[in-house]
Amino acid sequence: MSGHSTYEPKSGLERWLDSRLPLLRFAHDTVVTFPTPKNLNYWWTFGGILSLMLGLQIVTGIILAMHYVPHVDYAFNSVQRIMRDVNYGWLIRNLHSNGASMFFLAAYIHMFRNLYYGSFKAPREVLWILGCVIYLLMIGTAFFGYVLPWGQMSFHGAVVITNLLGAFPVVGHAITTWLWGGFAVDDPTLNRFFSLHYLLPFMIAGVVGLHVWALHVPGNNNPTGVNVTSPQDTVAFHPYYTVKDGFAISVFLIMYAVFVFYLPDALGDAANYVQANPLVTPAHIVPEWYLLPFYAILRAVPDKLMGVLLMFGAIATLFVLPWLDTSKVRSMRYRPTARLYFFIFAFTCIVLGFCGAHAPDDLVIPGVSGPQFLDANLNSFVWLSRISALFYFVYFWVVTPLLGLFETPLPVPETISSPVLSHPASAPAGAVASPEKRG
Amino acid sequence: MLRKAFAFAALGLALMAGPLFAGQALAATTQAEPRDIHWSFEGPFGKFDKAQLQRGYKVYREVCSSCHSMDLLYFRNLGQKGGPFYDPKYANPNDNAVVKSLAHDIQVKDIDSDTGDVISRPAGPADKFAAPFPNEPAARASNGGALPPDLSVMAKAREGGPAYIYSILTGFVAPPKGMTVPEDKYYNPYMPGDMTSAMAKGAKVPEGGFIAMPPPLTDGKVTFDDGTKSTVANEARDVSAFLAWAAEPKMEERKAFGLGAMIYLLIFSVLLWFSYKKIWKNVSH
Repeated sequence: MSGHSTYEPKSGLERWLDSRLPLLRFAHDTVVTFPTPKNLNYWWTFGGILSLMLGLQIVTGIILAMHYVPHVDYAFNSVQRIMRDVNYGWLIRNLHSNGASMFFLAAYIHMFRNLYYGSFKAPREVLWILGCVIYLLMIGTAFFGYVLPWGQMSFHGAVVITNLLGAFPVVGHAITTWLWGGFAVDDPTLNRFFSLHYLLPFMIAGVVGLHVWALHVPGNNNPTGVNVTSPQDTVAFHPYYTVKDGFAISVFLIMYAVFVFYLPDALGDAANYVQANPLVTPAHIVPEWYLLPFYAILRAVPDKLMGVLLMFGAIATLFVLPWLDTSKVRSMRYRPTARLYFFIFAFTCIVLGFCGAHAPDDLVIPGVSGPQFLDANLNSFVWLSRISALFYFVYFWVVTPLLGLFETPLPVPETISSPVLSHPASAPAGAVASPEKRG
Repeated sequence: MLRKAFAFAALGLALMAGPLFAGQALAATTQAEPRDIHWSFEGPFGKFDKAQLQRGYKVYREVCSSCHSMDLLYFRNLGQKGGPFYDPKYANPNDNAVVKSLAHDIQVKDIDSDTGDVISRPAGPADKFAAPFPNEPAARASNGGALPPDLSVMAKAREGGPAYIYSILTGFVAPPKGMTVPEDKYYNPYMPGDMTSAMAKGAKVPEGGFIAMPPPLTDGKVTFDDGTKSTVANEARDVSAFLAWAAEPKMEERKAFGLGAMIYLLIFSVLLWFSYKKIWKNVSH
């Protein structure tokens, strides 16, 4: 896709095809000879893992759709029928439901890797934005998918989330009615959510195509954040990264398999094994773990509309990140101050996840009744969410722009190869790593 | 490198496990932790105890089934692989003699194909477990307004699973001093609830809630054919195990398949690791 193609058709048939539709040339240039920085670490293997997860989710999903019945009277039992009577249905369903969690886990690691190594910066802004689009589509797909088993959490989760749109003035009510296809979450809602749940993954696949395209124009970033300057800095994608990604995928699959075979319900909610009943609201409505941080931001704000806007704002912020970061240095390896804030930020996201899992009034430190501050107890998850949500936005809108202007980064190596030879991890014992002195 | 791989796998696990251990404590609702009880089907190699499942089925049939339906279960399930009455002689559970006779004991509603009249006939292996009540209002009318929930997936539908069921069944205690128990309700510390309004002013509010089900099990209520002592604890334990099986009849298949998958993936990972080392041998990075 970029640079000079080295593909040489070997047979008559390949030559014939090459002059009509250079499909094999495209494949060769994309996954075989594509020059890839030779210093990519394991954090770079999650792109491959994510491609695999998308493929797996689509394949298992298509099979599930053959047996699933999108009707409020039959949906719950049809899922149970898959677990009980369909040959290997339990396997397909466990792969699919746990696959969603694995997909998000890999996506989050992929995104945090991106933040740490500054991969979103020029010339990869479009690549990053496409990634954000994929993430948005993933959230939509996961939400629609969670509604399909028609358990208590499915139903009431759908009610809570669709009602959020009702917070918008004037049009909000009309939007929710339109979305539901009626005046409550009911059969029409389930049917359209099923339809959309089937559609969105193919849209994701399409954007993934663009994402890979946008990756192959500037090429990979790398842990040093320094541009590739010579062929010595790179290796061919195959076999070097096919085998490294392959190993990482295999290790990832082991963890995935632990959940599928031994903890299939650990990531789900027990309430979703109770058939949806609009008349009985679960005491505690929570989304799946991967959406908890956003749920915490939503509930941190007393005003519904502001909460919704802030929640969407948390994702919208990601889209403009390339223009918020003022630092010329990509990798945080050479930005000790930025690195500190990055780790605080990552920790904040986990704290927000905790907050999302708890009822807002629960005490953070049990047994300690903290002082009342404004409308809530200072020791409650409401206040922890507020402080964390504040830092979430401060990190992107204040810390990130200012750091680039005021921090003093460490010396950055001139080329990828120079620090590679002296990186502490690969240097022989006793050797002193001092990339900055090598010039 | 390998160390790093493990490090990120561990980090991933930690990231995911975080919300799990966050707990689901509720503002006012409390319940006692389910009793810690050992099950034969725990762990990656755990299997159901067939004799226990058979006893459990008997408890369900003779006690629970008078109020609770199990709509997702068919009699044939009892004779399928991993089921309480599985017999390798009958690859098709519909042929299983024990299952046939167990089903035959139960009357199910059907339509006479000649007259179209509603009739009753003995069930066969292909029939569902018959529900005790024709519909929800009938179930409520017979149970003081409360609806006995379907038990098909009960062992997955409550935090704690079979331990929760066991705890409820064995957890009925005399209400503590100062508690006003409503008519047709029973205090059970393992039932989620909020006892604040039921307690006299100043009395300590205990964990637990009211349940509409009267204590269903008594010593000697069910006679076990294998000589197991018919205590409340044994009956509760066996029926909880039976419900765990009913909630996921394919559990043994899942774990057996998982063992193969894990061995395959481990060998595959080791091979890929050495391939990786070999291919990258001459690249400094």
